[in-house]
Amino acid sequence: MHQCNEIGFGSLGIVAIISVFIGAVSTIQTAYQLVSPLIPISTIAQIVRDTVILEFAPTLVCIVLAGVAGSRIASELGNMRVSEQIDALEIMGINTKAYLILPKIAAALLMIPLLVIIAMVLGIWGGRLAGTAAGIIPANLFDKGLTSEFTPYNVFFALTKSYAFAFIISSIPAFFGYFVRGGALEIGRASTKAVVVSCVLILFADYILSALLL
Amino acid sequence: MIEVKNIQKQFGDKTVIEDVSASMETGRCNLIIGASGSGKTVLMKCMVGLLKPDRGEVYYNGTDFTNMDAAQKTQIRKEIGMLFQGSALFDSLNVEQNIMFPLNMFTQDSFATKLKRVNAVLERVNLAGVNKKFPAELSGGMKKRVALARAVVLNPKYLFCDEPNSGLDPQTSLVIDKLIRELTVEYNITTVINTHDMNSVMEIGDYILYMYQGKKEWEGTRKDIIFSKNQLLNDFIFASDFLKDAKDMRMLEETGKIPNERNMDELTRP
Repeated sequence: MHQCNEIGFGSLGIVAIISVFIGAVSTIQTAYQLVSPLIPISTIAQIVRDTVILEFAPTLVCIVLAGVAGSRIASELGNMRVSEQIDALEIMGINTKAYLILPKIAAALLMIPLLVIIAMVLGIWGGRLAGTAAGIIPANLFDKGLTSEFTPYNVFFALTKSYAFAFIISSIPAFFGYFVRGGALEIGRASTKAVVVSCVLILFADYILSALLL
Repeated sequence: MIEVKNIQKQFGDKTVIEDVSASMETGRCNLIIGASGSGKTVLMKCMVGLLKPDRGEVYYNGTDFTNMDAAQKTQIRKEIGMLFQGSALFDSLNVEQNIMFPLNMFTQDSFATKLKRVNAVLERVNLAGVNKKFPAELSGGMKKRVALARAVVLNPKYLFCDEPNSGLDPQTSLVIDKLIRELTVEYNITTVINTHDMNSVMEIGDYILYMYQGKKEWEGTRKDIIFSKNQLLNDFIFASDFLKDAKDMRMLEETGKIPNERNMDELTRP
């Protein structure tokens, strides 16, 4: 529960802000590129919906989460290692990998897909808000575009990605944090390395999953 | 009783501990001393199982700990308490939760029983009433005492202390030493202390193992140290003129003479 709170609710604010703005920017940029009068204006909503669901909500949000939650996991475990707290647990006969890392992975697998769903909703809402506020697309047309030709498989695909990314975001930083050696400087290095490696792996996994599932 | 037999540990090509054997008895403060890098921390980690020695065995009351499987080691570890150099208190837990942690892990007692035990050990280390404070709110000496309370909360048979006085002022160091000694006698614990604090050596060293470059250089009691002719040990223990004076004064008290070339007038002048 504590880990769910740390990973999930602790990152909710940044996820909400990013999602709303990504949706808003997507609407404005799509409208900017759709100059042909032959294409119905409600298409903007379809494009925003699919872009947010397929890519922005799972991938971009998870990259941000790799920075927020990943660095927190790496530095927390790194600090525990350096200050001998992990040794103290081992002396007590506790399996520290199971006790410290498993709850983080479980919490990430539970909370990150939820955050991605929230990001999808907020992203689309942000797009609708920006579209109406800027006079690009009326709300009723946006809603019409939103519901037309909706493919539920896209949501399944996005959630599949979010589970894969959640595992990366929790396990990679946990590895770097758990095996850190040295002091404060090394904790910082491990944290940075964990975020970089997680981001690269997320992008790599994104490509592989897209190639396999789409 | 803890017995260490022919322990050897290497990291890469470097031999950190070479063929160390020792016998540490129950109800006594057994000290491992030596300069930084002499291998005393590695030896302690081998003894508690945080490191696996390349060769040799560690026996707890005659039971070979080194070659036990994980489940058997867990049983022995329930009987081990350890005080770490940096206290190793869990930052996210308050004092009460820190001390209650081993009780939560290894007992089925009710919360009220566990709380009673926590308060009893806190009182024993003279820290009654700090239950709700977090480690960040405690001084170095208080952290050590909380860590000591956590180490003894399960009534361990074995207590390991890694540099219990590091970073503490001399007065607080004496308080910690006194506490460790009292708890050792009170609970009849086999206590192993890793230190280079000379006050500790002379105050609580029932058995002293001196390590030099990974090898056992000397062993004996704190009284034996005064009369030891081991040059390496003397250079380490009595490094300053002040400590040399203290040693000579102690010898003078014990034997009525100082068997070395130092000028006694220097020592006895007001």
